[in-house]
Amino acid sequence: MKIHLPNSAWLGNIDPFLRSIDFSKPETLNVTADKKWISVHPMILAIIASLAQTVPKGNILCEPFEARSAHYFERMKLFHFLGVNSDTPVIEHDPSGRFVPLTQIKNSEELSAFVEEASPLLHLESHYSESIRYIVSELLRNVIEHSESPQGAFVAAQYYPKSNTIRIGIADTGIGIRTSLAHSHKTQDDISAIRLALMPGITGTTRRDGGTTENAGAGLFFIKSIAAVNDDFFVIYSGNGFFKLLKQNISGSRKQRNKLHSDPFDDRHSMYADMPTWNGTAVGIDMALDDHEAFSTLLNDIRNTYGHAVRERKKARYKKPLFI
Amino acid sequence: MITILLQPLVRDFAENKDIARDIREKTLMPALARADKITIDFAGVNGATQSFIHALISDALRKYGSDVLEHIIFRNCNDTIRVIITIVTEYMQES
Repeated sequence: MKIHLPNSAWLGNIDPFLRSIDFSKPETLNVTADKKWISVHPMILAIIASLAQTVPKGNILCEPFEARSAHYFERMKLFHFLGVNSDTPVIEHDPSGRFVPLTQIKNSEELSAFVEEASPLLHLESHYSESIRYIVSELLRNVIEHSESPQGAFVAAQYYPKSNTIRIGIADTGIGIRTSLAHSHKTQDDISAIRLALMPGITGTTRRDGGTTENAGAGLFFIKSIAAVNDDFFVIYSGNGFFKLLKQNISGSRKQRNKLHSDPFDDRHSMYADMPTWNGTAVGIDMALDDHEAFSTLLNDIRNTYGHAVRERKKARYKKPLFI
Repeated sequence: MITILLQPLVRDFAENKDIARDIREKTLMPALARADKITIDFAGVNGATQSFIHALISDALRKYGSDVLEHIIFRNCNDTIRVIITIVTEYMQES
């Protein structure tokens, strides 16, 4: 496998980077990088770290990064999870207020500890950290419960003061969304599975309305909705399917601008069904902190959309009277 | 009347579904089976995930229907937790 870290790859322009990944020869991993400057989203770090765990030790090649920003990758623990020595001299600073380095989460206890420790690292006011820890917690729990990845999840986050944005990336090398959903929902391809997974009340554990005792199929819909209401980027990549929630950018009042949809294809988005196949699931989200709704207000909007979608789905199954 | 204090179990954020399952199986469902009333006290808990609340109460709603909400009292919930509990109780009653 070959990955080249480009000069710049954020959620807005992550598509060409993902297309450039060469997943052939999965027994080796060769990581190269732009020589001058590397500036990438934490989702990319999570993808590389989780991919590295699938390759036998000694089969990872990573040339020394020459770019001036190389020290960033040392501090984000990328080289640690690649198992290579970067030769990059770094003075470790207290990371408070800036980033959450790559962290591997394999079970519920590690998840709870991470959620508790990560929020203070980002030094955010409580009304911001509320939605962030919600999103991170639900995404990581999805991996632990549904991915069947022995490596668990990789997560990283970074606060960018200039844009006042938190960028979060989570990746796993598990069974992917389509296989996970297939226990209860057959889909024709990965992008159809992603679409279904983002709808309210769809879970891989059952077809029954209301879900099981443990799962309702609401988690990803909530997260996509939080991103949509707040006008944030949200990317989900699994198999060869790729969905990107774009900034909604519609003029009008905030409510009209960010009207929630139960079908993600009704949101402003881009998608592909022919990406290089990622055996697992990777998610990226950007959260601009300037203009966020109060979390409870936002949840009330989600509540209305969720209830409507569940009622409509139920109604669609009603038997119709026969008229002659 | 049984009261469950969540904060000592989940600290300030209720997200661990293993804890929700333990409460459900060991305290909530047995109490409901005895027709006891139960109070779930969120004092000191600032947030909760939908997954946690679902794992905690959906089984009770499925088994006993909406009448069970006369036997479960949610105390000291902030606005966020109230909305999440409302969402779960609504979709379970509609399912």
